[in-house]
Amino acid sequence: MSEAVGATRTIYERSREGRRAFAPPVLDVPDVPVADLLPKGAIRRTPAELPEVSEPEIVRHYNTLSKKNFDLDTGFYPLGSCTMKHNPKLHERVAALPGHARLHPLQDPERAQGALELMWRLQGALGEIAGLPHVSLQPSAGSHGELAGLLLTRAYHEDRGQERHKVLTPDTAHGTNPATVTMAGYEVVKVGTAPDGGVDVDDLREKATEDVACLMLTNPNTLGLFDRNIREIASIVHGVGGTLYYDGANLNAVMGISRPGDMGFDIVHFNLHKTFTQPHGGGGPGSGPIAVSDRIEPFLPRPQIVRREGSNGSADAWFDLDHERPKSIGRLRGFHGNFGVFVRSYAYICSLGADGLREASEMAVLNANYLKALLGREGIAEHLPLAFDRHCMHEFVLSGTGAKEKLGIKTLDIAKRLLDHEVHPPTVYFPLLVDEALMIEPTETEPKERLDHFAAAVRAILEEAAEDPEVARHAPYSTPVRRLDEAGAAKRPVVRQPVP
Amino acid sequence: MSRYTSATDADRREMLDAIGVGSLDEIFESEIPEEVRLRRPLDLPPGMAEQDVNDHLGKLAARNTHCDDEVSFLGAGMYDHYVPALIDSIITRSEFLTPYTPYQPEISQGGLQVMFEFQTAISELTGLPVSNASMYEGPSSVASAGYLAKLETKRRRFVISRGVHPHSRETLATYAAGFGSEVVETPLDDAGATDVEALAAAVDDDTAAVFVQQPNFLGTVEDLGPLVEAGKCTGALVVCAADPLPLGILEPPGSFGVDVCVGEGQSLGNRLDFGGPSFGFFAAQERYIRKMPGRIAGETVDAEGRRGFVLTLQTREQHIRREKATHNICTSQALNALAGVIYLSWLGKRGVVELAELMLRRTHYARETLGLERINPGPVVREFAVRVPDLDGLFARARDAGINPGYRLGRDYPEYEDGLLVAITERRTKTQIDQLAALCTKGSDPLSVGDSRGLTP
Amino acid sequence: MAEESYPPELKYHPEHDWARIDGDEATFGITWYAQDALGEVVFYDPPEVGTTVTANESYAEVESVKAVSDVFAPLSGEVIEVNQALADTPERINDDPYGEGWLVKVRLSDSAEVETLLDVEAYRKLLTA
Repeated sequence: MSEAVGATRTIYERSREGRRAFAPPVLDVPDVPVADLLPKGAIRRTPAELPEVSEPEIVRHYNTLSKKNFDLDTGFYPLGSCTMKHNPKLHERVAALPGHARLHPLQDPERAQGALELMWRLQGALGEIAGLPHVSLQPSAGSHGELAGLLLTRAYHEDRGQERHKVLTPDTAHGTNPATVTMAGYEVVKVGTAPDGGVDVDDLREKATEDVACLMLTNPNTLGLFDRNIREIASIVHGVGGTLYYDGANLNAVMGISRPGDMGFDIVHFNLHKTFTQPHGGGGPGSGPIAVSDRIEPFLPRPQIVRREGSNGSADAWFDLDHERPKSIGRLRGFHGNFGVFVRSYAYICSLGADGLREASEMAVLNANYLKALLGREGIAEHLPLAFDRHCMHEFVLSGTGAKEKLGIKTLDIAKRLLDHEVHPPTVYFPLLVDEALMIEPTETEPKERLDHFAAAVRAILEEAAEDPEVARHAPYSTPVRRLDEAGAAKRPVVRQPVP
Repeated sequence: MSRYTSATDADRREMLDAIGVGSLDEIFESEIPEEVRLRRPLDLPPGMAEQDVNDHLGKLAARNTHCDDEVSFLGAGMYDHYVPALIDSIITRSEFLTPYTPYQPEISQGGLQVMFEFQTAISELTGLPVSNASMYEGPSSVASAGYLAKLETKRRRFVISRGVHPHSRETLATYAAGFGSEVVETPLDDAGATDVEALAAAVDDDTAAVFVQQPNFLGTVEDLGPLVEAGKCTGALVVCAADPLPLGILEPPGSFGVDVCVGEGQSLGNRLDFGGPSFGFFAAQERYIRKMPGRIAGETVDAEGRRGFVLTLQTREQHIRREKATHNICTSQALNALAGVIYLSWLGKRGVVELAELMLRRTHYARETLGLERINPGPVVREFAVRVPDLDGLFARARDAGINPGYRLGRDYPEYEDGLLVAITERRTKTQIDQLAALCTKGSDPLSVGDSRGLTP
Repeated sequence: MAEESYPPELKYHPEHDWARIDGDEATFGITWYAQDALGEVVFYDPPEVGTTVTANESYAEVESVKAVSDVFAPLSGEVIEVNQALADTPERINDDPYGEGWLVKVRLSDSAEVETLLDVEAYRKLLTA
């Protein structure tokens, strides 16, 4: 391809002086000079170097770029802890309805009743799924929900006149957990993992002191294993007055089967972009609502969506934003949260209903155990042994140490060679507890034959490596680019188009 | 089987055989203790057919009065801008809508290049050399800038002008309560601009950052030079929250030496969506590149010398740095940032100036025509604040005429109890402004009501 | 990348750092094992000249693309020189960990501490354990 239309030209490199896509509306008010309306020092001297392109070239540019992306609508994404399940197509239609898309967040509540009712119903559904009745939809992502949870914990302890400094996280925790602990002003204390993959309860007992504000857990954990000691764990933490926080990344395993509130958790966050089908968008938007127990409720972010009985000129119930929350931790962001995401997740919950949500989790667990069984067969298992030999829930972790020792290829090489088989690789090198980890979560929306195909691809890669490990070491071959120099990008970062 | 799963009875039998169990329940029995098993159905309605969900959501949506139902002068952080059709057609493409975060760069070059182009556009608008690939939205980006300043200076105070959006001030306070910083607010002066002297007086040796907004919440064009100086003299960082579209004609915060510029990106090609999703932007001086939150795309080459892009400087982030990460952010707002960069490309170098100039002139015309007492009489762009003697009366008349006059300032600014914040975008025409002006005089002239759906040219 | 080696004239710290003693001064760096575990180094942020370093405590960080590693001081003292060349070419830490990849030079505050370090055999034993 020639330079001028080449595939890796940036939009800036396609710019030509004088081209335009936008034409402003006709000026219908007096043409007062800018210099009369702004002080000299405030007027921009050098224009922002944005591109000059017409609409056809903008469309071609972004369309061409899009074709260099692998995506879920095209193929399998067994990314552990990401829950890459199908994004139902109805959702884009209902999210785009003008009553949703064109609604200003500061519209009077009485003229946004549809939106507030939708949020209230979503809150109720999430509360029922979690087994914790009080919900805030405000946090914008899982990490944001985690921050909310620890800020709520802090407010709870301070309200009781207690100052605590530590938060416990298992060594298998997702990186957002310890990062959030620091942001919330606490110190991380790691709790070990027992041989069966659950929390080391003895270690927990030792570390659970009255200086511990909270224990953050995922259940099932990042190994895909349900912690059978969860009630004892809850009792230990509650026994020293701490709160128990549930990272909802793995909720897809247990909807309608087990509820975090019943396990003893005080605070739960949901990932609407995981369990509840909000499309990932290449890195967001997501949403991370939280559900909490009675004792945490007073501290929920403000405003809360509430249902009020009668008045307001009618006998009907109506929905409102409640700002009168004296113990609230305050706001975590502007306005009400990612409403567009709520619309999609609410549509999903309506579509599935009680039975469908339960079935989704059951099928997620079935698919994962089936894929685990396929990868546990001879020819694969000796190279990619299972990290913990138990039934898994919705995901499981293999270790690439066998392949490393016997075949001379690392988990990274297997991942890159999978790209040539037109599947996205699993999560790699996480959790840190497992050497050369591969974390695999198929989700419930994959049909059996895709799981068969994935297992066959893994088998083929291992057999190929036994013949010639160099092939995987230099994969991928069929993707738009080969392996990239990440070290160079970090040493001499180039993070924008140079100024022309 | 639901419409999204595929396991037939035959599939299930084969799969259970392969696993070596007789039923799925065997797995749950062995793994989940009885005392935490839910032994009743979820107390939720049964599932609905797609067409019923479609109708149900349609009925809910119909109960909202939106910006095509009325002429809206509501702003205060989110604005009724025209979103061009090409944005929808591009961001609903599967290849942009459904992929995961680009941790496997070889199959994510589209998304990574978009981030690189977005970072460039934000850098250009703000006048700062480095930008990340998005944050959640405006107010939490302000709080995140505070966190960077706290880590960088190890100081414990924030000084923030009341010219900064109330949601940003509140969010900063919420975050600060966690990591142990104090937030001090400083007042606006009689002209509705940040009181420089009061700000300077509040800054001390324990101040980690000073926050201002451009234009400020009332639409005032702040004089950034003295504000930045007041902030920097004790070594505090200066954070400027900015509205991106007016930066088309305003000298950018970077030129005044601010350390960090953050802001709300909704007005760049994103829908109102009752407040989200949109995106936040975060740009900074070069020296903060390894301290910034969020994902950053960088340019590099592949094994065959081809140009390519990767997520870079990942050691700042939570998945590597964990408790020492610069921030906890993981998922941000990539799709909304894509809408943003498409929008900025659509506006282009000249369009962003033309649009801002149009908003400036219409804002001026609106303020003149309304003829109400000015809370912020100085230079304004896209928004302005006025006192209205009978706000309830105005809103009642306006509702009947299909107009939403704007945002009542009283709840957030008790000092402006009778205040109204009026927002002007390129969609607010002279005719609509004239209609609002007519309503602002006592009673209304029935002849000036016009088409309440705002379709009068 | 360099071949695996552990020069016999150096002293070693269990956190995979080395010290070259020269009278009351010493040069510090990370061992071949450490740089191999890290992968290609992309960034090293040195302490300032004049800073005090304390034995067994971290005085800097070394970053690769996928990991960050604390660098531990084998001995206590005052930093008198830092390897500025690493700002442009941090990969020297990988290519020549004991030579051009040196990190800091320190004036020792307590020479007795040298006794606590491992000699090359003890360090090699630790690696194979």
